[in-house]
Amino acid sequence: MDSPILQAKNLTKIYGQNVIFQDISLDVYRGETIVIIGPSGTGKSTLLRCMNLLTPIDSGKIFLNGKEITARDANEDKVRQQIGMVFQNFLLFNHLTAFDNVMIGLSKVKKMPKAQAREKALYELNRVGLSDRADHYPGQLSGGQLQRVGIARALAMDPSVMLFDEPTSALDPELIGEVLGVMETLSREHMTMLVVTHEMGFAREVANRIVFMEKGSIVEQGAPDDLFYRPQHERTREFLWKITELYGKKEEKS
Amino acid sequence: MSDVPEFLIRFWPILLQGAGVTLLLTVQGLAAGLVLGMITALGRVYGGKTWRGLAIGYVELFRGTPLLVQLFLIYYGLPGLGITLSREWSAFLALGLNSGAYQAEYLRGSILAIGNGQMMAGRAIGMSKWQTIREIIVPQALRLAIPAWANEPVSLLKSTAVVFLIAVPELMAQGKIIAARTYNPIGAYMSVAVIYMFMVFVLDYGLKFLERYVRIPGFEMEARKA
Repeated sequence: MDSPILQAKNLTKIYGQNVIFQDISLDVYRGETIVIIGPSGTGKSTLLRCMNLLTPIDSGKIFLNGKEITARDANEDKVRQQIGMVFQNFLLFNHLTAFDNVMIGLSKVKKMPKAQAREKALYELNRVGLSDRADHYPGQLSGGQLQRVGIARALAMDPSVMLFDEPTSALDPELIGEVLGVMETLSREHMTMLVVTHEMGFAREVANRIVFMEKGSIVEQGAPDDLFYRPQHERTREFLWKITELYGKKEEKS
Repeated sequence: MSDVPEFLIRFWPILLQGAGVTLLLTVQGLAAGLVLGMITALGRVYGGKTWRGLAIGYVELFRGTPLLVQLFLIYYGLPGLGITLSREWSAFLALGLNSGAYQAEYLRGSILAIGNGQMMAGRAIGMSKWQTIREIIVPQALRLAIPAWANEPVSLLKSTAVVFLIAVPELMAQGKIIAARTYNPIGAYMSVAVIYMFMVFVLDYGLKFLERYVRIPGFEMEARKA
């Protein structure tokens, strides 16, 4: 395999007295879809935020395409253009239409000529199936649509990696599918993705690798089948047992 | 009261002139205050220690002392420090600085209501902090602020009356001249009051229109929640 696109080396994050995570190392290779699972409060979301420098780490190093982005002279804004981020609560720009949400990064950050930016923004909206909602404001869209615009906004920057921070956790069950569908397509198109989620169906079917995190460290990682059927650690087994049971029940009901 | 129509007809040229000056002072003060208030509010929310300190100090100073004291300090006090300003400049400066302190608080409130998420989302697509403030935070903050901020133009319009004390020929000053000339203070000041009320009425109407004009579907609900 070639060298990793995104590489975390011995990351530690501490808030006051609380160690959020400690000594985490993770290599993300081109075209890979990695799903991070684990109990809440384990530092998964914080880890994602640290990966694109939204939250500063306390020690360790992060490399993007072989270049250290945690170096003091690294340009954070340039780095974040190459790392797309999708948030649990969407965080669309409330005063802009769906179209302008996607367009603003192109025109203001990439300084793309207007015509070209418009074309690209429409293309990305179309990619998430929302070209007919282009002139709707966030207040006029459903949760699933909001999140798909969020994905389009991140994709528009042509990032090398996409980070998804519990992208479906704030959605009604019947809206989760449309977002997971978009993500599955991206994964099939070999977008490099790092996904924090509790959607075990997605993890099992789409992920190339699953990382199980607990209490601020990586307990175990591997191919979905290995983790689901041959977990090496008791804790992994327990967690997966609990969550699949829960998930299974939910599926039966609906 | 019955003198009012007569006074309005008889003295309309100077009343109109006075109202014009009052309106000009209001618009200028409001504009200066808006710029100053926005800088102050942003400095207080996003600035480092120095900016925050400056912002807090400014707001406390100008909200904590009477406008009249500020006006006199500028007009009568500054010459002692070798800075002599015209009446008009003194009035403009006092009103602008005073209004800025109040507007800063309205705007700060709406910036805080927007929350941290919008800033994070802006940074996540590669915008700088300043770019996010300009493109994302300010346009939203201005809209959210309007309902509460709409007090300020009305309040400022009436506050301009104090500058007659440094003989700026605004509406109140004209009223005083008319009162002295006719020996009828009730008629004179009632006329002035009616004109103030009329201007406030028009201003209110304009602000409501502005609020509706810049509204974004679904966004005002957010404001109510926040």
